[in-house]
Amino acid sequence: MMLRRSILKFIIGLIFLSNATNLLVFIATGLTAGKPAFVDNSTPSPENLSDPLPQALVLTAIVIGFGIFVFTIALKYKYFETTGTDDLDQLKQTDK
Amino acid sequence: MNAIVLPVIVPFALMLLLIIVRNSRLAQYISVVGSTILLGISIWLFRHLTLKGISSLNIGSWDAPFGISFVLDYFSGLMLITASIIIFALTVYSIYFMEGTHRDNKFYVFLFSLTMGVSGAFLTGDAFNLYVWFEVILISSFVLITLGKTKHQLEGGIKYMALNLIGSLFFLAGLGLLYGKTGTLNMAHLAHILRASEQPILINTSAALFFIAFGIKAAVFPLFFWLPASYHTPNITVTSIFAGLLTKVGVYVLIRFFTLFFVQDQQFWLNLFLIIAGLTMVIGGMAASTYYDTRRILSYHIISQIGYMIMGLGIFTPLAIAGAIFFMMHNMIAKTNIFLVAGLINRVKGTFDLKSIGGLYRQSPVLAVLFILPAFALAGVPPLSGFFAKFVLIKAGIEAGQFLIVGVAIGTAMLTLYSMIKIWNEAFLKKNPSETEANHESTKLRFFEILPSIILGAISLLMGIFAAYVFEFTLTAAEHLVEPAAYIENVLNGLKP
Repeated sequence: MMLRRSILKFIIGLIFLSNATNLLVFIATGLTAGKPAFVDNSTPSPENLSDPLPQALVLTAIVIGFGIFVFTIALKYKYFETTGTDDLDQLKQTDK
Repeated sequence: MNAIVLPVIVPFALMLLLIIVRNSRLAQYISVVGSTILLGISIWLFRHLTLKGISSLNIGSWDAPFGISFVLDYFSGLMLITASIIIFALTVYSIYFMEGTHRDNKFYVFLFSLTMGVSGAFLTGDAFNLYVWFEVILISSFVLITLGKTKHQLEGGIKYMALNLIGSLFFLAGLGLLYGKTGTLNMAHLAHILRASEQPILINTSAALFFIAFGIKAAVFPLFFWLPASYHTPNITVTSIFAGLLTKVGVYVLIRFFTLFFVQDQQFWLNLFLIIAGLTMVIGGMAASTYYDTRRILSYHIISQIGYMIMGLGIFTPLAIAGAIFFMMHNMIAKTNIFLVAGLINRVKGTFDLKSIGGLYRQSPVLAVLFILPAFALAGVPPLSGFFAKFVLIKAGIEAGQFLIVGVAIGTAMLTLYSMIKIWNEAFLKKNPSETEANHESTKLRFFEILPSIILGAISLLMGIFAAYVFEFTLTAAEHLVEPAAYIENVLNGLKP
Protein backbone atom coordinates (compact mmCIF):
# COMPACT_ATOMS: atom_id res chain seq x y z
CA MET A 1 0.00 0.00 0.00
CA MET A 2 2.83 2.38 0.81
CA LEU A 3 4.22 2.04 -2.67
CA ARG A 4 0.99 3.18 -4.33
CA ARG A 5 0.96 6.46 -6.15
CA SER A 6 -2.23 7.68 -4.59
CA ILE A 7 -1.59 9.71 -1.45
CA LEU A 8 -4.75 8.43 0.20
CA LYS A 9 -3.70 4.81 -0.30
CA PHE A 10 -0.27 5.69 0.98
CA ILE A 11 -1.85 7.03 4.14
CA ILE A 12 -3.94 3.88 4.52
CA GLY A 13 -0.71 1.93 4.18
CA LEU A 14 0.80 4.03 6.96
CA ILE A 15 -2.19 3.25 9.17
CA PHE A 16 -1.68 -0.48 8.59
CA LEU A 17 1.98 -0.12 9.42
CA SER A 18 1.12 1.73 12.61
CA ASN A 19 -1.34 -0.93 13.69
CA ALA A 20 1.21 -3.61 12.92
CA THR A 21 3.71 -1.82 15.13
CA ASN A 22 1.20 -1.60 17.95
CA LEU A 23 0.56 -5.33 17.70
CA LEU A 24 4.30 -5.99 17.63
CA VAL A 25 4.74 -4.03 20.84
CA PHE A 26 1.88 -5.91 22.40
CA ILE A 27 3.17 -9.34 21.43
CA ALA A 28 6.84 -8.64 22.08
CA THR A 29 6.12 -7.57 25.62
CA GLY A 30 4.47 -10.87 26.41
CA LEU A 31 0.92 -12.12 26.12
CA THR A 32 -0.65 -13.94 29.04
CA ALA A 33 -3.95 -15.55 28.32
CA GLY A 34 -6.94 -15.33 30.60
CA LYS A 35 -5.49 -13.13 33.28
CA PRO A 36 -6.71 -9.63 34.02
CA ALA A 37 -4.40 -6.65 34.16
CA PHE A 38 -6.34 -4.69 36.73
CA VAL A 39 -7.73 -6.35 39.83
CA ASP A 40 -9.28 -5.38 43.13
CA ASN A 41 -7.61 -6.08 46.43
CA SER A 42 -8.87 -9.64 46.70
CA THR A 43 -6.33 -11.23 44.31
CA PRO A 44 -2.96 -9.80 45.18
CA SER A 45 -0.80 -12.64 43.87
CA PRO A 46 1.35 -11.66 40.90
CA GLU A 47 0.86 -15.03 39.19
CA ASN A 48 -2.77 -14.19 38.56
CA LEU A 49 -1.96 -10.93 36.85
CA SER A 50 -0.79 -10.02 33.40
CA ASP A 51 1.59 -7.11 33.02
CA PRO A 52 -0.54 -3.96 32.66
CA LEU A 53 2.27 -1.81 31.31
CA PRO A 54 2.30 -3.04 27.69
CA GLN A 55 -1.43 -2.50 27.55
CA ALA A 56 -0.96 1.05 28.75
CA LEU A 57 1.84 1.58 26.23
CA VAL A 58 -0.19 0.26 23.31
CA LEU A 59 -3.18 2.30 24.37
CA THR A 60 -1.04 5.46 24.42
CA ALA A 61 0.43 4.58 21.05
CA ILE A 62 -3.02 4.00 19.55
CA VAL A 63 -4.29 7.33 20.82
CA ILE A 64 -1.24 9.21 19.54
CA GLY A 65 -1.45 7.40 16.22
CA PHE A 66 -5.12 8.25 15.90
CA GLY A 67 -4.47 11.95 16.47
CA ILE A 68 -1.65 12.03 13.99
CA PHE A 69 -3.60 10.24 11.29
CA VAL A 70 -6.49 12.63 11.67
CA PHE A 71 -4.04 15.44 11.03
CA THR A 72 -2.51 13.54 8.12
CA ILE A 73 -5.85 13.06 6.41
CA ALA A 74 -6.73 16.72 6.98
CA LEU A 75 -3.40 17.69 5.42
CA LYS A 76 -4.08 15.43 2.45
CA TYR A 77 -7.51 16.98 2.01
CA LYS A 78 -6.03 20.47 2.08
CA TYR A 79 -3.43 19.46 -0.48
CA PHE A 80 -6.14 18.02 -2.71
CA GLU A 81 -8.12 21.23 -2.39
CA THR A 82 -5.16 23.41 -3.31
CA THR A 83 -3.79 21.34 -6.15
CA GLY A 84 -6.59 19.05 -7.25
CA THR A 85 -4.33 16.03 -7.43
CA ASP A 86 -3.92 12.82 -5.49
CA ASP A 87 -0.80 11.66 -7.26
CA LEU A 88 2.48 11.25 -5.44
CA ASP A 89 4.32 11.79 -8.71
CA GLN A 90 3.15 15.38 -8.63
CA LEU A 91 5.07 15.90 -5.42
CA LYS A 92 8.24 16.89 -7.16
CA GLN A 93 8.33 20.62 -6.90
CA THR A 94 10.21 20.79 -3.63
CA ASP A 95 13.01 18.52 -4.85
CA LYS A 96 14.04 20.62 -7.81
CA MET B 1 13.71 18.48 43.00
CA ASN B 2 10.41 19.66 41.63
CA ALA B 3 11.73 22.53 39.53
CA ILE B 4 12.93 20.11 36.86
CA VAL B 5 9.51 19.99 35.28
CA LEU B 6 9.37 23.79 34.91
CA PRO B 7 10.86 23.81 31.38
CA VAL B 8 7.92 21.61 30.41
CA ILE B 9 5.23 23.28 32.50
CA VAL B 10 6.03 26.87 31.51
CA PRO B 11 5.63 26.36 27.72
CA PHE B 12 2.46 24.40 28.43
CA ALA B 13 1.02 27.26 30.47
CA LEU B 14 2.05 29.73 27.77
CA MET B 15 0.39 27.54 25.19
CA LEU B 16 -2.91 27.53 27.08
CA LEU B 17 -2.66 31.27 27.62
CA LEU B 18 -1.98 31.91 23.95
CA ILE B 19 -4.96 29.87 22.85
CA ILE B 20 -7.13 32.35 24.75
CA VAL B 21 -5.30 35.49 23.62
CA ARG B 22 -6.51 36.34 20.14
CA ASN B 23 -4.85 39.72 19.76
CA SER B 24 -1.65 39.10 17.80
CA ARG B 25 0.27 42.06 19.27
CA LEU B 26 -0.45 40.90 22.80
CA ALA B 27 0.46 37.33 21.86
CA GLN B 28 3.86 38.55 20.69
CA TYR B 29 4.57 40.31 23.97
CA ILE B 30 3.44 37.30 25.98
CA SER B 31 5.68 34.98 24.02
CA VAL B 32 8.74 37.22 24.35
CA VAL B 33 8.22 37.50 28.11
CA GLY B 34 7.49 33.79 28.34
CA SER B 35 10.62 32.77 26.52
CA THR B 36 12.68 35.10 28.71
CA ILE B 37 11.27 33.33 31.75
CA LEU B 38 12.11 30.00 30.15
CA LEU B 39 15.69 31.10 29.54
CA GLY B 40 15.94 32.27 33.15
CA ILE B 41 14.65 28.93 34.40
CA SER B 42 17.07 26.89 32.36
CA ILE B 43 20.04 28.98 33.47
CA TRP B 44 18.90 28.68 37.08
CA LEU B 45 18.52 24.92 36.70
CA PHE B 46 22.00 24.68 35.26
CA ARG B 47 23.41 26.68 38.14
CA HIS B 48 21.64 24.37 40.54
CA LEU B 49 23.18 21.46 38.65
CA THR B 50 26.74 22.78 38.98
CA LEU B 51 26.25 23.24 42.71
CA LYS B 52 24.33 20.10 43.65
CA GLY B 53 25.07 17.62 40.87
CA ILE B 54 22.62 15.48 38.91
CA SER B 55 19.08 15.60 40.17
CA SER B 56 15.99 13.66 39.29
CA LEU B 57 12.28 13.75 39.92
CA ASN B 58 9.78 10.91 39.90
CA ILE B 59 6.49 12.12 38.55
CA GLY B 60 3.57 11.24 40.80
CA SER B 61 5.96 9.88 43.44
CA TRP B 62 6.15 6.47 41.78
CA ASP B 63 9.60 5.15 42.48
CA ALA B 64 12.20 5.16 39.76
CA PRO B 65 12.01 1.99 37.69
CA PHE B 66 8.19 2.00 37.77
CA GLY B 67 7.12 5.60 37.35
CA ILE B 68 8.25 8.20 34.87
CA SER B 69 11.32 10.07 36.00
CA PHE B 70 12.77 13.34 34.81
CA VAL B 71 16.53 13.63 35.05
CA LEU B 72 18.65 16.72 34.82
CA ASP B 73 22.30 16.02 34.09
CA TYR B 74 24.97 18.15 32.45
CA PHE B 75 24.13 17.07 28.92
CA SER B 76 20.46 17.87 29.18
CA GLY B 77 21.17 21.06 31.13
CA LEU B 78 23.45 22.40 28.40
CA MET B 79 20.97 21.45 25.70
CA LEU B 80 18.14 23.14 27.59
CA ILE B 81 20.04 26.40 27.86
CA THR B 82 20.93 26.38 24.18
CA ALA B 83 17.36 25.56 23.16
CA SER B 84 15.88 28.32 25.29
CA ILE B 85 18.35 30.88 23.93
CA ILE B 86 17.14 29.95 20.45
CA ILE B 87 13.48 30.13 21.40
CA PHE B 88 14.08 33.56 22.95
CA ALA B 89 15.79 34.88 19.85
CA LEU B 90 13.06 33.50 17.64
CA THR B 91 10.18 35.01 19.57
CA VAL B 92 11.81 38.41 19.14
CA TYR B 93 12.52 37.72 15.48
CA SER B 94 9.03 36.50 14.71
CA ILE B 95 7.49 39.85 15.63
CA TYR B 96 8.67 41.31 12.35
CA PHE B 97 8.88 38.26 10.17
CA MET B 98 5.46 36.78 10.37
CA GLU B 99 3.19 37.37 7.47
CA GLY B 100 -0.38 36.49 6.67
CA THR B 101 -1.58 33.41 8.48
CA HIS B 102 1.57 33.23 10.56
CA ARG B 103 0.69 36.48 12.20
CA ASP B 104 -1.92 35.33 14.66
CA ASN B 105 -1.63 33.42 17.90
CA LYS B 106 -1.66 29.99 16.20
CA PHE B 107 2.04 30.20 15.39
CA TYR B 108 2.93 30.93 18.99
CA VAL B 109 0.71 28.17 20.34
CA PHE B 110 2.54 25.61 18.26
CA LEU B 111 5.92 27.22 18.83
CA PHE B 112 5.49 26.66 22.54
CA SER B 113 4.12 23.17 22.15
CA LEU B 114 7.25 22.43 20.14
CA THR B 115 9.32 23.95 22.94
CA MET B 116 7.51 21.80 25.45
CA GLY B 117 8.25 18.70 23.43
CA VAL B 118 11.91 19.56 23.03
CA SER B 119 12.40 20.32 26.73
CA GLY B 120 10.56 17.15 27.62
CA ALA B 121 12.74 15.08 25.31
CA PHE B 122 15.89 16.58 26.84
CA LEU B 123 14.75 15.99 30.40
CA THR B 124 12.94 12.70 30.45
CA GLY B 125 14.51 9.61 31.91
CA ASP B 126 11.98 7.19 30.52
CA ALA B 127 12.16 5.73 27.05
CA PHE B 128 8.43 5.57 26.41
CA ASN B 129 7.94 9.06 27.73
CA LEU B 130 10.57 10.08 25.21
CA TYR B 131 8.37 8.60 22.48
CA VAL B 132 5.47 10.72 23.69
CA TRP B 133 7.61 13.87 23.62
CA PHE B 134 8.73 12.99 20.14
CA GLU B 135 5.13 12.82 19.03
CA VAL B 136 4.48 16.21 20.64
CA ILE B 137 7.40 17.62 18.67
CA LEU B 138 6.21 15.93 15.49
CA ILE B 139 2.65 17.10 15.55
CA SER B 140 3.61 20.69 16.36
CA SER B 141 6.21 20.72 13.62
CA PHE B 142 3.67 19.34 11.13
CA VAL B 143 1.40 22.24 11.93
CA LEU B 144 4.21 24.80 11.81
CA ILE B 145 5.48 23.59 8.46
CA THR B 146 2.08 23.73 6.79
CA LEU B 147 0.86 26.88 8.49
CA GLY B 148 1.09 29.00 5.36
CA LYS B 149 -1.12 26.58 3.38
CA THR B 150 0.67 27.26 0.10
CA LYS B 151 1.18 24.44 -2.34
CA HIS B 152 4.88 24.09 -1.66
CA GLN B 153 4.40 24.03 2.07
CA LEU B 154 1.72 21.37 1.88
CA GLU B 155 3.91 19.31 -0.38
CA GLY B 156 6.94 19.66 1.87
CA GLY B 157 4.66 18.92 4.81
CA ILE B 158 3.48 15.64 3.31
CA LYS B 159 7.04 14.45 2.69
CA TYR B 160 8.20 15.52 6.10
CA MET B 161 5.23 13.86 7.73
CA ALA B 162 5.47 10.55 5.88
CA LEU B 163 9.13 9.92 6.63
CA ASN B 164 8.98 11.10 10.20
CA LEU B 165 5.92 8.99 10.92
CA ILE B 166 7.74 5.92 9.68
CA GLY B 167 10.63 6.92 11.94
CA SER B 168 8.28 7.07 14.91
CA LEU B 169 6.92 3.64 14.13
CA PHE B 170 10.44 2.21 14.11
CA PHE B 171 11.02 3.88 17.45
CA LEU B 172 7.86 2.34 18.88
CA ALA B 173 8.73 -1.12 17.58
CA GLY B 174 12.19 -0.80 19.12
CA LEU B 175 10.63 0.19 22.43
CA GLY B 176 8.32 -2.78 22.40
CA LEU B 177 11.11 -5.24 21.76
CA LEU B 178 13.29 -3.60 24.38
CA TYR B 179 10.56 -3.82 26.98
CA GLY B 180 9.94 -7.44 26.06
CA LYS B 181 13.59 -8.28 26.64
CA THR B 182 14.31 -6.25 29.76
CA GLY B 183 10.96 -5.57 31.38
CA THR B 184 11.71 -1.91 32.01
CA LEU B 185 11.65 1.36 30.13
CA ASN B 186 13.41 3.58 32.63
CA MET B 187 16.67 4.62 30.97
CA ALA B 188 18.77 4.28 34.10
CA HIS B 189 17.25 0.92 34.91
CA LEU B 190 17.80 -0.19 31.31
CA ALA B 191 21.43 0.80 31.63
CA HIS B 192 21.64 -1.08 34.90
CA ILE B 193 20.26 -4.26 33.35
CA LEU B 194 21.89 -4.07 29.94
CA ARG B 195 25.34 -3.24 31.22
CA ALA B 196 25.23 -6.40 33.30
CA SER B 197 23.78 -8.72 30.65
CA GLU B 198 25.81 -10.49 28.02
CA GLN B 199 23.41 -11.04 25.16
CA PRO B 200 24.42 -8.52 22.53
CA ILE B 201 22.62 -10.31 19.72
CA LEU B 202 19.21 -9.94 21.35
CA ILE B 203 19.69 -6.29 22.12
CA ASN B 204 20.99 -5.46 18.67
CA THR B 205 17.55 -5.83 17.09
CA SER B 206 16.23 -3.02 19.29
CA ALA B 207 19.37 -1.00 18.82
CA ALA B 208 19.04 -1.24 15.05
CA LEU B 209 15.40 -0.14 15.16
CA PHE B 210 16.32 2.80 17.38
CA PHE B 211 19.18 3.68 15.11
CA ILE B 212 16.88 3.82 12.07
CA ALA B 213 14.30 5.84 13.99
CA PHE B 214 16.72 8.47 15.26
CA GLY B 215 18.69 8.36 12.06
CA ILE B 216 15.57 9.57 10.29
CA LYS B 217 14.98 12.25 12.93
CA ALA B 218 18.60 13.39 12.91
CA ALA B 219 18.84 13.22 9.09
CA VAL B 220 21.99 11.09 8.82
CA PHE B 221 23.26 9.81 5.52
CA PRO B 222 20.92 7.30 3.94
CA LEU B 223 17.86 8.69 5.73
CA PHE B 224 18.04 12.44 5.24
CA PHE B 225 15.85 12.97 2.17
CA TRP B 226 12.93 14.51 3.97
CA LEU B 227 15.03 17.41 5.22
CA PRO B 228 16.04 19.25 2.05
CA ALA B 229 12.61 18.55 0.56
CA SER B 230 10.74 20.31 3.32
CA TYR B 231 13.00 22.77 5.15
CA HIS B 232 13.02 25.47 2.55
CA THR B 233 9.26 25.70 2.17
CA PRO B 234 7.89 27.37 5.32
CA ASN B 235 8.31 30.88 6.64
CA ILE B 236 11.97 31.57 7.46
CA THR B 237 11.25 31.80 11.19
CA VAL B 238 9.83 28.28 11.17
CA THR B 239 12.80 27.01 9.19
CA SER B 240 15.15 28.58 11.74
CA ILE B 241 13.38 26.80 14.60
CA PHE B 242 13.56 23.48 12.79
CA ALA B 243 17.19 23.99 11.85
CA GLY B 244 18.15 24.83 15.40
CA LEU B 245 16.16 22.26 17.31
CA LEU B 246 14.64 19.30 15.51
CA THR B 247 17.53 17.33 14.08
CA LYS B 248 19.56 18.04 17.21
CA VAL B 249 16.96 16.28 19.35
CA GLY B 250 17.54 13.19 17.21
CA VAL B 251 21.29 13.47 17.75
CA TYR B 252 20.76 14.05 21.46
CA VAL B 253 18.81 10.82 21.77
CA LEU B 254 21.34 8.88 19.70
CA ILE B 255 24.14 10.03 21.99
CA ARG B 256 22.05 9.37 25.10
CA PHE B 257 20.97 5.86 24.11
CA PHE B 258 24.21 4.64 22.67
CA THR B 259 26.30 5.88 25.60
CA LEU B 260 23.88 4.82 28.29
CA PHE B 261 22.69 1.36 27.43
CA PHE B 262 23.44 0.09 23.95
CA VAL B 263 27.01 -0.65 24.91
CA GLN B 264 27.23 -4.42 24.36
CA ASP B 265 28.25 -4.73 20.75
CA GLN B 266 30.05 -1.45 20.80
CA GLN B 267 32.75 -2.08 18.23
CA PHE B 268 30.22 -2.75 15.49
CA TRP B 269 28.08 0.29 16.31
CA LEU B 270 30.95 2.71 16.65
CA ASN B 271 32.37 1.68 13.31
CA LEU B 272 28.96 2.05 11.73
CA PHE B 273 28.66 5.51 13.26
CA LEU B 274 32.03 6.55 11.88
CA ILE B 275 31.19 5.35 8.36
CA ILE B 276 27.81 7.05 8.45
CA ALA B 277 29.29 10.23 9.90
CA GLY B 278 31.81 10.43 7.09
CA LEU B 279 29.21 9.85 4.37
CA THR B 280 26.78 12.31 5.96
CA MET B 281 29.41 15.02 6.12
CA VAL B 282 30.63 14.62 2.57
CA ILE B 283 27.27 14.18 0.87
CA GLY B 284 25.69 17.07 2.77
CA GLY B 285 28.62 19.33 1.98
CA MET B 286 28.71 18.39 -1.70
CA ALA B 287 24.97 18.73 -2.19
CA ALA B 288 25.11 22.16 -0.57
CA SER B 289 27.63 23.38 -3.09
CA THR B 290 25.35 22.72 -6.06
CA TYR B 291 22.47 24.99 -5.07
CA TYR B 292 21.85 28.68 -5.42
CA ASP B 293 18.96 29.15 -3.02
CA THR B 294 20.36 30.20 0.36
CA ARG B 295 17.80 28.13 2.23
CA ARG B 296 18.67 24.98 0.29
CA ILE B 297 22.40 25.48 0.78
CA LEU B 298 21.86 25.89 4.48
CA SER B 299 19.51 22.89 4.66
CA TYR B 300 22.16 20.63 3.20
CA HIS B 301 24.60 22.15 5.63
CA ILE B 302 22.50 20.96 8.52
CA ILE B 303 22.96 17.41 7.22
CA SER B 304 26.68 17.86 6.74
CA GLN B 305 27.07 19.09 10.28
CA ILE B 306 25.02 16.31 11.80
CA GLY B 307 27.92 14.18 10.53
CA TYR B 308 30.35 15.90 12.89
CA MET B 309 28.16 15.18 15.89
CA ILE B 310 27.80 11.52 14.93
CA MET B 311 31.57 11.42 14.42
CA GLY B 312 32.06 12.50 18.04
CA LEU B 313 29.79 9.67 19.13
CA GLY B 314 31.60 7.21 16.88
CA ILE B 315 35.05 7.98 18.28
CA PHE B 316 33.64 7.50 21.77
CA THR B 317 36.30 8.95 24.02
CA PRO B 318 35.26 11.53 26.64
CA LEU B 319 37.10 14.16 24.63
CA ALA B 320 35.27 13.27 21.43
CA ILE B 321 31.86 13.26 23.05
CA ALA B 322 32.66 16.59 24.72
CA GLY B 323 33.54 17.83 21.26
CA ALA B 324 30.26 16.54 19.89
CA ILE B 325 28.28 18.28 22.63
CA PHE B 326 30.22 21.51 22.11
CA PHE B 327 29.59 21.17 18.41
CA MET B 328 25.88 20.67 18.97
CA MET B 329 25.61 23.80 21.11
CA HIS B 330 27.64 25.84 18.65
CA ASN B 331 25.73 24.48 15.71
CA MET B 332 22.29 25.08 17.18
CA ILE B 333 23.14 28.72 17.76
CA ALA B 334 25.10 29.45 14.61
CA LYS B 335 22.70 27.56 12.36
CA THR B 336 19.64 29.35 13.69
CA ASN B 337 21.49 32.61 13.35
CA ILE B 338 22.46 32.04 9.73
CA PHE B 339 18.88 31.21 8.83
CA LEU B 340 17.81 34.42 10.53
CA VAL B 341 20.35 36.32 8.45
CA ALA B 342 19.04 34.59 5.33
CA GLY B 343 15.63 35.90 6.35
CA LEU B 344 17.08 39.39 6.71
CA ILE B 345 18.66 39.18 3.26
CA ASN B 346 15.30 38.12 1.95
CA ARG B 347 13.69 41.08 3.68
CA VAL B 348 16.15 43.48 2.08
CA LYS B 349 16.20 41.88 -1.36
CA GLY B 350 12.91 40.06 -1.60
CA THR B 351 14.37 36.73 -2.72
CA PHE B 352 16.39 33.76 -1.51
CA ASP B 353 17.93 33.10 -4.90
CA LEU B 354 21.62 33.98 -4.89
CA LYS B 355 21.72 34.58 -8.62
CA SER B 356 19.41 37.54 -8.51
CA ILE B 357 20.90 39.40 -5.56
CA GLY B 358 24.17 41.18 -5.03
CA GLY B 359 25.82 44.32 -3.79
CA LEU B 360 24.58 43.80 -0.25
CA TYR B 361 27.90 44.81 1.26
CA ARG B 362 27.59 48.27 -0.16
CA GLN B 363 23.94 48.48 0.72
CA SER B 364 24.08 47.24 4.29
CA PRO B 365 27.47 46.72 5.99
CA VAL B 366 25.71 45.73 9.23
CA LEU B 367 24.10 42.78 7.51
CA ALA B 368 27.50 41.77 6.17
CA VAL B 369 28.94 41.65 9.69
CA LEU B 370 25.92 39.72 10.90
CA PHE B 371 26.39 37.21 8.11
CA ILE B 372 30.11 36.83 8.70
CA LEU B 373 29.70 35.85 12.36
CA PRO B 374 27.63 32.67 11.94
CA ALA B 375 29.12 31.84 8.54
CA PHE B 376 32.67 31.86 9.87
CA ALA B 377 31.52 30.12 13.03
CA LEU B 378 30.07 27.32 10.90
CA ALA B 379 33.14 27.15 8.70
CA GLY B 380 35.35 27.04 11.79
CA VAL B 381 37.44 30.19 11.64
CA PRO B 382 39.50 30.61 14.85
CA PRO B 383 38.05 33.16 17.23
CA LEU B 384 34.51 31.82 16.80
CA SER B 385 32.77 28.87 18.42
CA GLY B 386 32.96 26.51 15.46
CA PHE B 387 36.73 26.42 15.45
CA PHE B 388 37.02 25.03 18.95
CA ALA B 389 34.22 22.55 18.34
CA LYS B 390 35.94 21.17 15.27
CA PHE B 391 39.37 21.40 16.87
CA VAL B 392 38.29 19.26 19.81
CA LEU B 393 36.63 16.69 17.55
CA ILE B 394 39.64 16.43 15.29
CA LYS B 395 42.07 16.27 18.19
CA ALA B 396 40.01 13.48 19.73
CA GLY B 397 39.99 11.71 16.39
CA ILE B 398 43.77 11.87 16.06
CA GLU B 399 44.27 10.71 19.63
CA ALA B 400 41.99 7.74 18.99
CA GLY B 401 43.85 6.94 15.78
CA GLN B 402 40.85 7.43 13.49
CA PHE B 403 42.78 9.25 10.79
CA LEU B 404 40.37 8.57 7.94
CA ILE B 405 37.42 10.28 9.60
CA VAL B 406 39.67 13.19 10.62
CA GLY B 407 40.65 13.63 7.00
CA VAL B 408 37.03 13.58 5.92
CA ALA B 409 36.11 16.10 8.62
CA ILE B 410 38.83 18.51 7.54
CA GLY B 411 37.84 18.12 3.91
CA THR B 412 34.22 18.83 4.75
CA ALA B 413 35.23 21.94 6.67
CA MET B 414 36.72 23.15 3.39
CA LEU B 415 33.45 22.39 1.59
CA THR B 416 31.56 24.37 4.22
CA LEU B 417 33.95 27.25 3.82
CA TYR B 418 33.49 27.04 0.05
CA SER B 419 29.72 27.34 0.16
CA MET B 420 29.82 30.10 2.77
CA ILE B 421 32.21 32.00 0.51
CA LYS B 422 29.82 31.36 -2.35
CA ILE B 423 26.95 32.99 -0.47
CA TRP B 424 29.28 35.82 0.51
CA ASN B 425 30.45 36.40 -3.04
CA GLU B 426 27.06 36.16 -4.63
CA ALA B 427 25.07 38.09 -2.10
CA PHE B 428 27.48 40.65 -0.77
CA LEU B 429 30.37 41.31 -3.14
CA LYS B 430 28.93 40.77 -6.61
CA LYS B 431 27.44 43.75 -8.40
CA ASN B 432 23.70 44.02 -8.06
CA PRO B 433 21.96 42.48 -11.10
CA SER B 434 19.95 45.30 -12.53
CA GLU B 435 16.61 43.60 -13.13
CA THR B 436 15.82 43.00 -9.46
CA GLU B 437 16.35 46.58 -8.49
CA ALA B 438 13.48 47.61 -10.67
CA ASN B 439 10.85 45.36 -9.14
CA HIS B 440 11.85 45.40 -5.51
CA GLU B 441 12.05 48.49 -3.39
CA SER B 442 14.95 47.84 -1.02
CA THR B 443 13.95 48.21 2.58
CA LYS B 444 15.95 49.50 5.51
CA LEU B 445 16.26 47.17 8.48
CA ARG B 446 15.07 48.29 11.85
CA PHE B 447 17.17 47.66 14.95
CA PHE B 448 14.74 45.19 16.51
CA GLU B 449 14.73 43.12 13.36
CA ILE B 450 18.45 42.48 13.60
CA LEU B 451 18.57 42.27 17.41
CA PRO B 452 18.10 38.46 17.64
CA SER B 453 20.80 37.95 15.09
CA ILE B 454 23.12 40.25 17.03
CA ILE B 455 22.45 38.30 20.22
CA LEU B 456 23.10 34.92 18.63
CA GLY B 457 26.20 36.23 16.84
CA ALA B 458 27.54 37.60 20.11
CA ILE B 459 26.91 34.26 21.80
CA SER B 460 28.86 32.34 19.20
CA LEU B 461 31.68 34.89 19.51
CA LEU B 462 31.67 34.55 23.30
CA MET B 463 31.52 30.76 23.07
CA GLY B 464 34.67 31.03 20.99
CA ILE B 465 36.51 33.43 23.28
CA PHE B 466 35.51 31.69 26.50
CA ALA B 467 35.71 28.26 24.92
CA ALA B 468 37.67 26.93 27.90
CA TYR B 469 34.77 27.48 30.33
CA VAL B 470 32.14 26.03 28.04
CA PHE B 471 34.42 23.16 27.20
CA GLU B 472 34.84 22.34 30.87
CA PHE B 473 31.08 21.85 31.18
CA THR B 474 30.83 19.77 28.04
CA LEU B 475 33.73 17.63 29.22
CA THR B 476 31.96 16.99 32.51
CA ALA B 477 28.82 16.15 30.55
CA ALA B 478 30.79 13.74 28.38
CA GLU B 479 32.45 12.07 31.35
CA HIS B 480 29.05 11.53 32.90
CA LEU B 481 27.88 10.01 29.64
CA VAL B 482 30.80 7.64 29.21
CA GLU B 483 30.73 6.62 32.87
CA PRO B 484 27.03 6.83 33.69
CA ALA B 485 27.33 5.41 37.22
CA ALA B 486 26.33 8.73 38.80
CA TYR B 487 23.31 9.02 36.53
CA ILE B 488 22.11 5.50 37.26
CA GLU B 489 22.70 5.83 40.98
CA ASN B 490 20.85 9.10 41.20
CA VAL B 491 17.78 7.89 39.37
CA LEU B 492 17.58 4.52 41.05
CA ASN B 493 18.24 5.86 44.55
CA GLY B 494 21.67 4.46 45.16
CA LEU B 495 21.44 1.19 43.23
CA LYS B 496 24.97 0.38 42.15
CA PRO B 497 25.44 -0.48 38.48
